[in-house]
Amino acid sequence: MTPHLTVDLFSDVEQLLAYRFMVNALEAASVVAVMAAVVGWFMVLRRETFAGHTLSMMSFPGAAAAALAGLPLAAGYFAFCGAGAVMIAGAAQGGGAARQAERSAVIGAVGAGSLALGYLLLSLYGGVLESLESLLFGSILGVTSGEVEMLALVAVAVLAFLAVAGRPLFFASVDGPLARASRVPVRALSVAFLLVLGLAVAATVQITGVLLVFALLVAPAGIARELTSRIGVSLLLSVVVGLLIAWVGLGLSYFTNYSPGFFATTAAMVLFTLARAARSLPERRGRREAPVPEASL
Amino acid sequence: MAPAIEMSRGAVRLGGRTIWSDVDVSVGEGEFVAILGPNGAGKSTLLNVLLGLTELAGGSASVLGGPVGAHNEQIGYLPQRRVFDSATRVRGVDLVRLGLDGRRWGVPLPLPARFSASSRAARHRVWQAIGQVGAEAYADRPIGECSGGEQQRLLIAQALVRGPRMLILDEPLDGLDLPNQAAVAALVQRICRAEGVTVLLVAHDVNPLLPYLDRVLYLAGGRAAMGTPEQVIRSETLSELYGAPIEVLHTSDGRLAVVGQPEAPHQHGPRHVLP
Repeated sequence: MTPHLTVDLFSDVEQLLAYRFMVNALEAASVVAVMAAVVGWFMVLRRETFAGHTLSMMSFPGAAAAALAGLPLAAGYFAFCGAGAVMIAGAAQGGGAARQAERSAVIGAVGAGSLALGYLLLSLYGGVLESLESLLFGSILGVTSGEVEMLALVAVAVLAFLAVAGRPLFFASVDGPLARASRVPVRALSVAFLLVLGLAVAATVQITGVLLVFALLVAPAGIARELTSRIGVSLLLSVVVGLLIAWVGLGLSYFTNYSPGFFATTAAMVLFTLARAARSLPERRGRREAPVPEASL
Repeated sequence: MAPAIEMSRGAVRLGGRTIWSDVDVSVGEGEFVAILGPNGAGKSTLLNVLLGLTELAGGSASVLGGPVGAHNEQIGYLPQRRVFDSATRVRGVDLVRLGLDGRRWGVPLPLPARFSASSRAARHRVWQAIGQVGAEAYADRPIGECSGGEQQRLLIAQALVRGPRMLILDEPLDGLDLPNQAAVAALVQRICRAEGVTVLLVAHDVNPLLPYLDRVLYLAGGRAAMGTPEQVIRSETLSELYGAPIEVLHTSDGRLAVVGQPEAPHQHGPRHVLP
């Protein structure tokens, strides 16, 4: 049976689910999409997108090191993303512009170093890492049932952390000075979030590859925040968009034989562009002027 | 009047340097006191001491009838000016809500919100605080899209939301234009009088506050003087405090200008000087 896209959605879905590997892929993509959308929402809120991107790059030397040591690639992903999170967390934290500049310089250095280390490990490994391309662009179609279970476990852990720490983390993210004065452990939360982000990125990378993390981690939250500033609605929208991107990417890939990462990222870009356009429209049409305060000079 | 704040012979050392010493403070409940002084005089440090965030190196202090830090849940605190840029996609009402329960672990379940009495009470309290500062019209907008004056009102609502007995406001007028400075000063006085809330307000310029405040605490030269503006902001008192000749000028419209003050090495960014 050669899959072909029809106008009948029911028949399309039936074709999608005809093979075990596709069912696994859909399950894995859905799990990762939900987790990445929620973690990514906090990441975008905290303006740590650069850190998230750099953490995803850490999985490249991670995979190469795991291959060199004869370990499963996932072990390398988690070890290196975790180490990257610790390094970034050790960099200067805090609100000041100078501190932020210092921090982004550290993150940039970590990113560049990880690429260099990855290539070094790769050449030490000798042979071509057979999955270099899937490492960079994702290998969703080869996911096993065991891997789906592992991803689900990671997702549960990550979401449980955010369910417990979500509110103080939100407080610390938008209003650090008051959170600190209210005895919220701002520094500890910041480190803990980076570790959780590292964990989530290591899982997401297995689906999207190093270079396409944007599609599941950044885009859903970015799109949601363009459309609403309500916390609950924004989180929910982020999850819905994440699932949509994952499913569209997988579905189109199945019917066309091109990479799911390409379709997922393209879908994410299109939605992101539309969302930004949608937000700028009403603003230009009816930008309300701030009411003049009761003045007394 | 019961004392809301009592400090005797207080001293603070930071990094081996004495910031101030021999400082006596006595603030009655329901009083509106402005803390004045040049950059680096230790005004914010005093607030940190009263909140229990910085320890005294000498002397003693009590706040709301207990040791410092013991009654922080009854204090509404507004840290030094925080600016929310236009990229901040958080509504004012959510920011005010953080003042109420932001440090609690767990997340509020979105579903039973309309069925749960405690959630309704929280929402009611948040809108009540927003009403107290007159911010209903823009509390639903992202805070980044609000003007400086609007943001400051919402932050005052955030400090008010738990119904505090005391407000500690660190430079709430900084970065506002003159009409907004006057409006926020009047708002703070209104809350102080209507709710009987004790207010400690750090300011760089006393003039927008002069019509509204009860007493001032002037920090300079490592020491402090406290009293009504007429008692403290005088050439003799300030000259003694600074240990250098200071002249206080009265303009025809009733404003005060302090002339000749040596600027201490400051830790903050550049600020406007007294007009």
